[in-house]
Amino acid sequence: MSTPGDSLFDLRQLEDLARGDSAIHRLHPLTKLLTTLGYIMVVISYDRYAISPLLPLIFYPLLVVLWADLPFTPLGKRLLLGLPLIVGIGILNPFFDPRGWLTFVSFALRSLLTISAGLLLVMTTSMDRLAYALRRVGVPRIFVLQLLLTYRYIAVLVEELARMTRAYTLRAPGQKGIQRAAWGSFAGQLLLRTYDRAQRVYDAMLLRGFTGEYHMGRGDSWHRNDALYLLGWAVWMVGARSVDLPMLVGQWLMERMG
Amino acid sequence: MSRYQLKVQNLRFAFPDGHQAVRDITLQIQPGEAVGVIGANGAGKSTLLSLLMGVLTPAGGEIQVGDAMVSRHTLPLIRQRMGLVFQDPDDQLFMPTVYDDVAFGPRNYGLDEDEVQRRVHEALNWVGIPQLVDRAPSKLSGGEKRAVAIATVLAMEPDIVIMDEPTTGLDPKARRRLIALLNGLHQTKVITSHDLDMVMDTCRRVIVIQDGAVAADGRPEAILTDGSLLDRCGLEAPLALQSCPVCHTHKVEGVLLPEQAP
Repeated sequence: MSTPGDSLFDLRQLEDLARGDSAIHRLHPLTKLLTTLGYIMVVISYDRYAISPLLPLIFYPLLVVLWADLPFTPLGKRLLLGLPLIVGIGILNPFFDPRGWLTFVSFALRSLLTISAGLLLVMTTSMDRLAYALRRVGVPRIFVLQLLLTYRYIAVLVEELARMTRAYTLRAPGQKGIQRAAWGSFAGQLLLRTYDRAQRVYDAMLLRGFTGEYHMGRGDSWHRNDALYLLGWAVWMVGARSVDLPMLVGQWLMERMG
Repeated sequence: MSRYQLKVQNLRFAFPDGHQAVRDITLQIQPGEAVGVIGANGAGKSTLLSLLMGVLTPAGGEIQVGDAMVSRHTLPLIRQRMGLVFQDPDDQLFMPTVYDDVAFGPRNYGLDEDEVQRRVHEALNWVGIPQLVDRAPSKLSGGEKRAVAIATVLAMEPDIVIMDEPTTGLDPKARRRLIALLNGLHQTKVITSHDLDMVMDTCRRVIVIQDGAVAADGRPEAILTDGSLLDRCGLEAPLALQSCPVCHTHKVEGVLLPEQAP
C-alpha cells in the first residue's frame, strides 16, 4: 500500500532528479518551459483521429530522458498513475463513435505525451528555477508565489499526514487504513496541524526579510545551447505537425519495394 | 561587535482565548551579553521571543532594539538587527538546497550576488558545514539541520541572535559542538532552553520566567544553585550541579563554574 511517507519520498525523488547535472539540466529554465509549452500545444492541436502523425512526437520525451540521463522507472511509474484517469475519461468513446477506438487511442497517446512532457520539465528543472522562468515570461508575482508556496505546502501536508498515519496505525493494529469513524477528526486535525506548520514556515520567511518577491540570485544566463535546443525542437515540431512523416516514410518504403 | 541594546518595557501579551502569556516583563540586555531565558513549559518563553521578533504584537508595553522601537513599520530593520533560530529547524529550512536557504535572507535584503555568496560561505564555514552547501536540507541529520538553521541567521549578520531551545533533539556530540559554536559567537545572544547545563556553559546571565513574568534575573552561579527558586519555577539544578550518584558528593554547595575553576 502506498503511504504518505512514500509520496514524500516520491516528491523528494523528483527534487533530487531536478538537481542533476546534464546538458538538459543546465539549459535555461525558460528554454525548457517554452519547449514544453510548445510541445504540449502541438500535441493537442492534432485531429481527434490522429495516431500515426503523432508518432514522430514520441522522440521528444525519449530523447530528453536520454540526454538528461534520467532513469525510466520514476517516469514510467508516474505515467502509470495517470493511466486510470486517461482510461476513465476515454473509455466511453468507442460506444458513442463508430471510430471510437481510434479517438480513444489518439486521446490516450496524446495524454501520455503531454503528461510526460510536463513530468520531464519538473524532473529536469527545480521548482524555484521554474518559478524564475515563469516570472521572466511575465506571469504575475502573486501567481508564481502561490505556486511556490503551494508546492511547499504539499510537502508540509504530506509530512504531517505521514506522522499522523504512523501514530494512528501504531495504536490500531490489524486495521486496514483509517476507520471511517475517524475520518472527520483526522481531516480536521490534519488541516489544523498543517495550517500551524505552514504559519511557522511563513513566519520563518518573514523573519528573513521576505516581502513577497522571490529573489533568485544571479539566475541563469542564456547560452548558445539554449537557442539551438529551442530552435531544433521548434523545427522538428513544426515539421512533424505540417508533414505526416510516418505516411511519407511508408510511401517511400512502398515505392522502393514496389 | 554588537552595538544595540535590547530594551523591553512593561511587555504584556494575551492569546485570543484570554490566556495571559506575558504579564509584565521589563528587562535590558546589553550589547555582547549572553543571556539564558529559562522557565517551565508554558511559562511564556517562546511567546516572549515571538514578541521580540515582532511575530506577535504585544497588548501593551514596548520593545526597543538600539534606537528602533519594534512596530509594524520598523520590522524589516528589526529583523535585520535580530535573528531568530527556530526550535524546529524543519520550520526554518524551506529551500531546495542549503545554499539557497542560507542565501534567502541576504537576497531579500537586496544584496548583490557576490556579497550573498560571500555571506553564505562565511556563515557555513563559521558553523563548520561548508561541505553541505549543495545538499537538500530535508536530507540532513538533526545536528546538521540545526547548524544550517543557525547559518541562515548568521548570514544576515545580525547584531542579536535569539535561539529557541537550540539543543533540542541533538545527540551529545552535536550538542557539545553547538555549545562551542555558541561560545564562539560574538553577537548578543538570547537563548531559551530547558537544557540548563547548556545555559550554564554558554550564558553569563540567566533570566527565569514564571507565569509570564520575570521571577529572577542574575548570574548563573547564583540562580542555578538556588534550589528553592528553581523548584518554585518548575525547574531543577543543572545535572552538572546535582549530587553525584557514584561518589554522593553534593555539588550545589560551593559550586565551581567553568569560569571560576582554577
